[in-house]
Amino acid sequence: MLKKTKYLSRTYDLERGHTLAAYESVGGYKQAPRALRMSREALVDEVKKANLRGRGGAGFPCGVKWGFMRPHPTKPAYLVVNADEGEPGTFKDRTLMELNPHAVVEGCIIACHGIGAHAAYIYVRDELHLSKARLWEAIKEARQRGYLGKRPFGIDYPVEVYVHTGAGAYICGEETSMLNSLEGRRGEPRLKPPFPAQVGAFGCPTTVNNLETIAAIPTVLELGGDEFSKLSAIHNLKDGGTRLFGVSGHVKTPGVFEACVGLTLRELVYDLGGGVAGGELLAVIPGGSSCPILRADEKVHAPDPSSALHPWHGQSVLDVPMGVETYRLLGTMLGTCCAIVLSDRADPVLAFHNLMQFYRHESCGQCTPCREGVGWIERILDKVVHGKSDEKELDLLHDIGSNIMGNTICAFGEGAAMPALAFVQKFRPELEAYVRSGGKSGTGRLSLP
Amino acid sequence: MPFALTPEREREFADILSRYPNKMAATIPVLHLCQEQHGWVSPEVIEFVAQQLEVSTAHVKGVVTFYTLFNQRPVGKHQVWVCRTLSCALRGAGELLEHCEKRLGVRAGETTKDGKITLRTAECLAACGQAPMMQVDKDYFENLTLADADRILDRLRGD
Ligand SMILES: Cc1cc2nc3c(=O)[nH]c(=O)nc-3n(C[C@H](O)[C@H](O)[C@H](O)COP(=O)(O)O)c2cc1C
Ligand code: SF4
Ligand code: FES
Repeated sequence: MLKKTKYLSRTYDLERGHTLAAYESVGGYKQAPRALRMSREALVDEVKKANLRGRGGAGFPCGVKWGFMRPHPTKPAYLVVNADEGEPGTFKDRTLMELNPHAVVEGCIIACHGIGAHAAYIYVRDELHLSKARLWEAIKEARQRGYLGKRPFGIDYPVEVYVHTGAGAYICGEETSMLNSLEGRRGEPRLKPPFPAQVGAFGCPTTVNNLETIAAIPTVLELGGDEFSKLSAIHNLKDGGTRLFGVSGHVKTPGVFEACVGLTLRELVYDLGGGVAGGELLAVIPGGSSCPILRADEKVHAPDPSSALHPWHGQSVLDVPMGVETYRLLGTMLGTCCAIVLSDRADPVLAFHNLMQFYRHESCGQCTPCREGVGWIERILDKVVHGKSDEKELDLLHDIGSNIMGNTICAFGEGAAMPALAFVQKFRPELEAYVRSGGKSGTGRLSLP
Repeated sequence: MPFALTPEREREFADILSRYPNKMAATIPVLHLCQEQHGWVSPEVIEFVAQQLEVSTAHVKGVVTFYTLFNQRPVGKHQVWVCRTLSCALRGAGELLEHCEKRLGVRAGETTKDGKITLRTAECLAACGQAPMMQVDKDYFENLTLADADRILDRLRGD
């Protein structure tokens, strides 16, 4: 159900909404002092009740993650805020940094207390220069006001917040790669375990959260965990609150919108996105490019009454509320909730090729199945689109993708293989037509004429 | 000639170091600082960073070669990146790139003969809803038409 909200985006339409004055004019910085006076347990409990699922892609419950943090006898703890925003199709965190950076800073203060840390590093991809500048400005303003530093709000709980930058590598969005990058190393993912809560930044207990997750924390406190959770149409599935939705590609009004969790893809495309920009809806990549594509003509198959998807059995996949669990059951992922829309005038084979070029470029190269597999898929697709492939190679695509799954250090491998397998399965006739016609099938283009 | 930071950047350097529990963590921000001054990461810059941060030159080289934004050779005065990834491609990034290549007389990855502009492709720059787009030095230009691109490129060439 579409219910627009204005919590995360409360400052988006204000003049100079990125300033401290604007943020305070809409209730900002009221929750941090409250939270710092709560016990850590009570705070974590509130976040657990909120059913705030991580907004970075994996959808892990934020409160549960905070609960993993144990005080260490000698080592400090760290909060690392993930603003590497590089997943193709995803452009939501940037709006928060540019238009509501103080919500991020307030969220950092509260989250530091929630995990027992006194320092937060916000890892921003280097290209987002305005975002970095806005965050630094916000940090400076907050410090001048006495909201950060040795005694934030006059309370004995020191908090410092810093911005750290990457240098152009999608893989640094993966949390252990981010930790290496923060430490000044090559951004290569680490084997888990140990998990960051045990051995994270600088060898210390660390929580990595997406920037939107952190920006939502002041709202969780403002409404209370229960009320926050109940904003969502699917809070019974432990998927609560309100979040940012993005929509790009072939829609009339692309952009970022805030709405309650439980919105359907149809509402995202037609109500928020204004409908398909030309032609008919062919397919949607629901939450960033690593999420398997959904065809507009797919129906939900969930005959088992105990399935969370059963209420939508037989209906279009477009009418299922977008949630972590519902989308997992659909065989895709909710990811970052930023959808890429393809009209039937676009060529799905070219879209597949475009994405695999991305993954080939971004693999860090540590694991052979990922490095070689993704490169191989991309080379085959190169041949397909140039009309130099054959049907045997199409079968290979499936095998290569399957061999990546489960055989890599980090989830990048799966993030590349899953969408590849979905394209192969759902657009097999289109791929076959391509090879049979020597690359002359399809519309031959991605953009609308 | 050994590399050295300008006095103003010296202060920025000290500020960067104060943010981390050790010196190595400053590697990436300090490399950015040096590249901003020098245009690229030369062997002298690598030497400088290694010395200042008390890490090996091999470590610094390893970092420089891992991240795409560190220039390992001199580049043009201005950097133009056209996003090529799917959301942008669905809204004309392919046409935009081809147009820029023609207009500048270079292929993606090359620098114009006058040394003014290096044209490159970028992977998704988190501006997918404002596609097609390009980044010019530190600024984003979004929802571009080919005519917009011409104006931007002409201004850079005249600079
Ligand atoms: C290849 C790869 C790229 C990722 N990129 C991002 C990213 O850009 N931003 C982000 O918040 N999470 C990203 N993640 C997920 C993070 O590893 C991590 O799960 C997330 O930051 C945790 O925050 P959350 O629990 O608040 O969502 C990525 C994961 C993988 C495997
Ligand atoms: S799965 Fe890919 S990106 Fe992840 S560590 Fe292995 S090679 Fe690197
Ligand atoms: S695809 Fe171009 S900015 Fe995301």
